[in-house]
Amino acid sequence: MWAFLATEVLFFGPLFFGYVHGRAFQPEAFASASHHMHVVLGTLNTAILLTSSFTMALGLRASQTDRSPRLWLWLTVLLGLAFLGIKGYEYTSEWSEAASAAGGEARFYFLYYATTGLHAVHLAIGIAIVSWLALRARREMPIEVTGLYWHFIDIVWVFLYPMFYLLERYG
Amino acid sequence: MSYLTEGFTLRSWLTTRDHKRIAVLYMIAITAFFFVGGAAAALIRLELATPAGDLVSAETYNKLFTIHGVVMVWFFLIPSIPSVLGNFLVPIMIGARDMAFPRLNLASWYIYVLGGLFTLAALIAGGVDTGWTFYTPLSTQFAEGNVILVIVGVFIVGFSSILTGLNVIVTVHRLRAPGLTWFRLPLFIWAHYATALILLLATPVLAMTLTLVALERVFGIGIFDPALGGDPLLFQHLFWFYSHPAVYIMVLPAMGVASEIIPCFARRPVFGYRFMAYAILGIATIGFLVWGHHMFVSGQSMYAGMVFSMLSFLVAIPSAIKVFNWTATLYKGSIVFTAPMLYALGFVGLFMIGGLTGLYLASLALDVHLTDTYFVIAHFHYIMVGGSVMAYLGAIHFWWPKISGRLYPEMLARIAALTIFFGFNLTFFPQYLLGWLGMPRRYHEYPPEFQVLNLLSSAGAAVLAIGYLLPLCYLGWSIFYGKKAPPNPWGATGLEWQTASPPPQHNFEDPPRVTRAPYDYA
Repeated sequence: MWAFLATEVLFFGPLFFGYVHGRAFQPEAFASASHHMHVVLGTLNTAILLTSSFTMALGLRASQTDRSPRLWLWLTVLLGLAFLGIKGYEYTSEWSEAASAAGGEARFYFLYYATTGLHAVHLAIGIAIVSWLALRARREMPIEVTGLYWHFIDIVWVFLYPMFYLLERYG
Repeated sequence: MSYLTEGFTLRSWLTTRDHKRIAVLYMIAITAFFFVGGAAAALIRLELATPAGDLVSAETYNKLFTIHGVVMVWFFLIPSIPSVLGNFLVPIMIGARDMAFPRLNLASWYIYVLGGLFTLAALIAGGVDTGWTFYTPLSTQFAEGNVILVIVGVFIVGFSSILTGLNVIVTVHRLRAPGLTWFRLPLFIWAHYATALILLLATPVLAMTLTLVALERVFGIGIFDPALGGDPLLFQHLFWFYSHPAVYIMVLPAMGVASEIIPCFARRPVFGYRFMAYAILGIATIGFLVWGHHMFVSGQSMYAGMVFSMLSFLVAIPSAIKVFNWTATLYKGSIVFTAPMLYALGFVGLFMIGGLTGLYLASLALDVHLTDTYFVIAHFHYIMVGGSVMAYLGAIHFWWPKISGRLYPEMLARIAALTIFFGFNLTFFPQYLLGWLGMPRRYHEYPPEFQVLNLLSSAGAAVLAIGYLLPLCYLGWSIFYGKKAPPNPWGATGLEWQTASPPPQHNFEDPPRVTRAPYDYA
């Protein structure tokens, strides 16, 4: 699983690299585009996702101490879905601005959609696996491994959040 | 009861989870792709036999070298040794019953085939003319043809690589037989372990980079387009961050093969085993830090160029350690020139020439003269064809008794090996001279003064083609009419020779226990 996560880090790599490049060469455009992000929703989503990592960890703990992890796993699924819901709302409300943006701003939006979109796909896969675990899992091992994956998704978001939402806002 | 006789239906093959059967499936698939790529190469050499562009148009020529590159790199070389012989041998060599994830292993094969179908579809739909490198802005704005289709094919086949890499790493970590410590592993396993690490860490970067190219082509958003604030150099950095390590994906397994064959037919333990293992890891590590040497003339910073140049020279050190150690293994050995040995020795010699000419190209000033000439073509064909393909064929011969349970005709095989060695040098050595004289790559016509050398090269390609068809014929023949092979026809060490030829479904009747270092020839 650690090896798989290593490959995932490199998979996100070019997108981060593209972002760094744009930020270095078009700082104004990236800064102004960043102001259009819904920072409140982004922050809310960060909180939701971090909480879901917490419930995931509690689920693992429960399975290690021979209690049922079901409740915690379902909570994790619920939080994940809430994140996707909010994200979907953001996407639709930003779409018109993104479509009319030009130059560096368009590039910012493109990277935003590509990176958070890839993240959302990972999260959706994560939700599917955790739901399956909540229905089926008896043993500790699959929960631990899935937990690693879930925390990985969480950590990616922890990087994405300041990149896209907080950039230049307080700088 | 061997793995070959576990079932005879097509279904029993296509739904198998046995790593040996999956290896055979890979062998069939990559052989088909090898001859597709080879046909493109044959047309290229036919065109270049005369200075005028008379056989095919410039556009067709561009499509030919693109399809040659794409097919040979992603659908033959990268899966060649790792997916065929790695799949077959890694579990047996470490005394395991199968790979760690047998279903994932089969899935990798289907993913490979799916990616191959996309690429073939693009070929049938009219081809692509970007070259295998997909450089922007050519690939994003100007190229006609089916860029997206090929990119999707390469993207998909990348996941096959990643999953195979993952499988090998977990297998080597978790499934070694009792007593098989890390420094008792055959060097073949070390090489595949390092290769798997590269597959795992480099391939995702390619996948995402090509996705960006496809998205930019479709939506016109400027990641790489300077008019929109993007940067074409960004593409080159990302592409070579994968594609330079990819060279080591192709050549490290070949080194692993040579390290098995040479000690066996010199009857000597491999010289400096630990150094060999560390050298493999060293090459894999430094290989990640040299991508910029493909970009010396691209306009990257001169200081970056100097660092990349120096790091590229550093790769030569572990590579040289390996060449010296193979040579030292031969010293005072009782050498038998069997067909696999001929391939392995051919590999060492050609790899050395390819490696040393690589140093020419890693020198900043010289590269300005040689970049994008036939010198580069000759250099990487010495590594990829002279190195990897020679080793692949050597490995196929060496382990053929184990895979098929039959012996191949030895004399015919020696003749084929020598034909290939001769044909290869005749094809590619003149290209060094052409490049030195300044003939650029990727043109379908050239000034008449280059004709003699080009004609030699085309003649060599014909010899090479015969050389490659020979093994196809006699190995095919030997499946039905070859003599039955004993478990250990070469008197080799290694766990794979302690089980029957071909091995039973779960490799060993009794789980083996390892008590000695590898290469115990005395």
